[in-house]
Amino acid sequence: MSADVQLDNVWVKFGDFVAVRDASLTIQGGEFFSFLGPSGCGKTTLLRAISGFQHPSTGRILIGGKDMSGIGPNRRPTALIFQNLALFPLMTVWQNISFALEVKGMNKKARRKKADELLELVALPGQGDKMVTELSGGQKQRVAVARALCAEPEVLLLDEPLSALDLKLRQHMRTELRAIQQRAGITFIYITHDQGEALTMSDRVAVMRQGVVDQIGDGTTVYDHPETAFVASFVGENNSFSGTVIEITDGLACVQTECGLLRSRTSSAAPLKKGDDAVVFVRPESIHFCGDDTRRDENGLVATLAHQEFEGHFWHLALKTESGHDIRMSVMNDGRSEVHEIGASVPVGFSTQGAIALAPGELAAD
Amino acid sequence: MRNWLRTFLARNGIGLSVYMLGAVALWVIVMIILPQLFMLDFSFRNNWQQIDPSRMGGPDDVYTMVNYHFLAFGSPNNPDPFNVVDVTVFFRTIVAAIFVTLFDLALCYPIAYYLAQVARGGKARLLVLALIIPFWVNELLRAFAFRILFGEEGTINAILMGIGVLSDPIDFVREDVALYAGLGYAYILLMIFPIYNVIESLDKNQIEAARDLGSSWWRIHRRVVIPFAKPGITSGCTMVFMLSAGALAAPQILGGPSSLWFTQIIYQWFNTGSNWPRGSAYAIVLMLTCVLLVLILMKLFKVKIGEIGR
Repeated sequence: MSADVQLDNVWVKFGDFVAVRDASLTIQGGEFFSFLGPSGCGKTTLLRAISGFQHPSTGRILIGGKDMSGIGPNRRPTALIFQNLALFPLMTVWQNISFALEVKGMNKKARRKKADELLELVALPGQGDKMVTELSGGQKQRVAVARALCAEPEVLLLDEPLSALDLKLRQHMRTELRAIQQRAGITFIYITHDQGEALTMSDRVAVMRQGVVDQIGDGTTVYDHPETAFVASFVGENNSFSGTVIEITDGLACVQTECGLLRSRTSSAAPLKKGDDAVVFVRPESIHFCGDDTRRDENGLVATLAHQEFEGHFWHLALKTESGHDIRMSVMNDGRSEVHEIGASVPVGFSTQGAIALAPGELAAD
Repeated sequence: MRNWLRTFLARNGIGLSVYMLGAVALWVIVMIILPQLFMLDFSFRNNWQQIDPSRMGGPDDVYTMVNYHFLAFGSPNNPDPFNVVDVTVFFRTIVAAIFVTLFDLALCYPIAYYLAQVARGGKARLLVLALIIPFWVNELLRAFAFRILFGEEGTINAILMGIGVLSDPIDFVREDVALYAGLGYAYILLMIFPIYNVIESLDKNQIEAARDLGSSWWRIHRRVVIPFAKPGITSGCTMVFMLSAGALAAPQILGGPSSLWFTQIIYQWFNTGSNWPRGSAYAIVLMLTCVLLVLILMKLFKVKIGEIGR
């Protein structure tokens, strides 16, 4: 069974410090929902508030429509997977997994059976009698998931559980977690600072900054249609050009920047008007070489190639414009793109649709 | 061993190496092994020093079980089947020391847990100070203070009678309450700190995970904290048990007139009895029994000796 989670004007304060500022949102039952943000943005505090380890200073948290205030973590229909997993080192794998059943007073035989079923579910059959210290990182991960699922929670909370794994395993576990969520059919709330994790696994992502939820949407919305400068700069990479709006027509902006006049989309959720300060964001993969002639709907720039990195499927180039502005661009390594020498002057461009103008605001630290 | 010695020499130089090895050897041989060997040797000899000094070192000065026999069966004209007084005191001392240990454990585990996992910063430091500072008062003074507290006309009786709980005073000293309280209090730090040390290294997330999975507080302690703290608990219990079984000052001052502590009997043999061999035998029996009990306890709770040292 899965339950929806509703936050009503939740604030969490530690003395003068505000960790979560007026969070209001609803997470649907059965949804894979991620909170994405840099460290210190309040996402872990929010998760602890949902699990019951932290009381909101004001506001309410409802799980399955029931107000959770005054209900301790041991009596909430949630299970939390800790960042360091917090498996019990003195118990065997199956004892770890079936701990929630032991609490309920189930007999040993039934517990063992349930633990074996869950080991099957997380693809670790027959490992029940090992000690957790004998397992590899990825296996411990699965045991932690199984232990949490064994409590039959309606909402599973995950606090960056993949951060300790190496890249390959992390990518594998993403797929795995998503599959487990669909099999178990319960609500997953996932905390991460890794946008790759959030985008690949989640139905919806909430991007957080300094205790505030900036934007909620599915992966493509958050990536392609950011509503704040922070979301644009935190989710994925982005080049930014600051300037002033000269003209707005049909949702398209014309922004005067130090690199010249740039044309871009605007966000309907955060409209701009003539005379506003604005920042034009352009993704590295939206920039391309454009030869000598720039098409009419294109923005054109001339920049010097400062250096380049090879990452297999992409070349990552760093360029500098005449006005000294740094530009990053990614070129797919498909054997067809141009090759330039370091120091060469290259004309580059991007389409109006490949850029978005937003109101200036806090940018994510690089 | 030879390799180890060579690297040790190479790392520290000859001067420092000789000093360090010499210091350790001095410590182990002179302070630990030799005295115990002398005691062991003494315990198997007749007390010729007092009976007939001229026979010392002569053909009659041979090893004998006479002192151990005396502890078990008393003097040859003892009408009882065994040495009732000494054997009773011996067992009562052991049982009382076990009781003091359990009492300290029950008292100190919550304090250690609170210090290690709950209290933070200033509060924790204040509590540690409050625990340590009373021990600046020396042991004898503390024991006498307890006597004043628990005496028939002492503070506790005065308060209890003042608020009308008692009509007649209770003689806490005669009832041995003062002794157990004094002994228990004397060793609380030795119980608290080993347990604190271990619990402090327990990942808080483990406690939260157990709680998140539905555990009551009681079960969290039984299944997560106590198993983890076992080495500390064993270490604390061992020290408190050994020290209270071997305590002398507290029983001397706080013990009731009818209750002897086994160490007092040992003391009497050495001192007023002028019978060092018999005193040695009694002391050896007490020590071996205590060590044996501790080893059984460790076996029972599956704690290895190395874990206690942590």
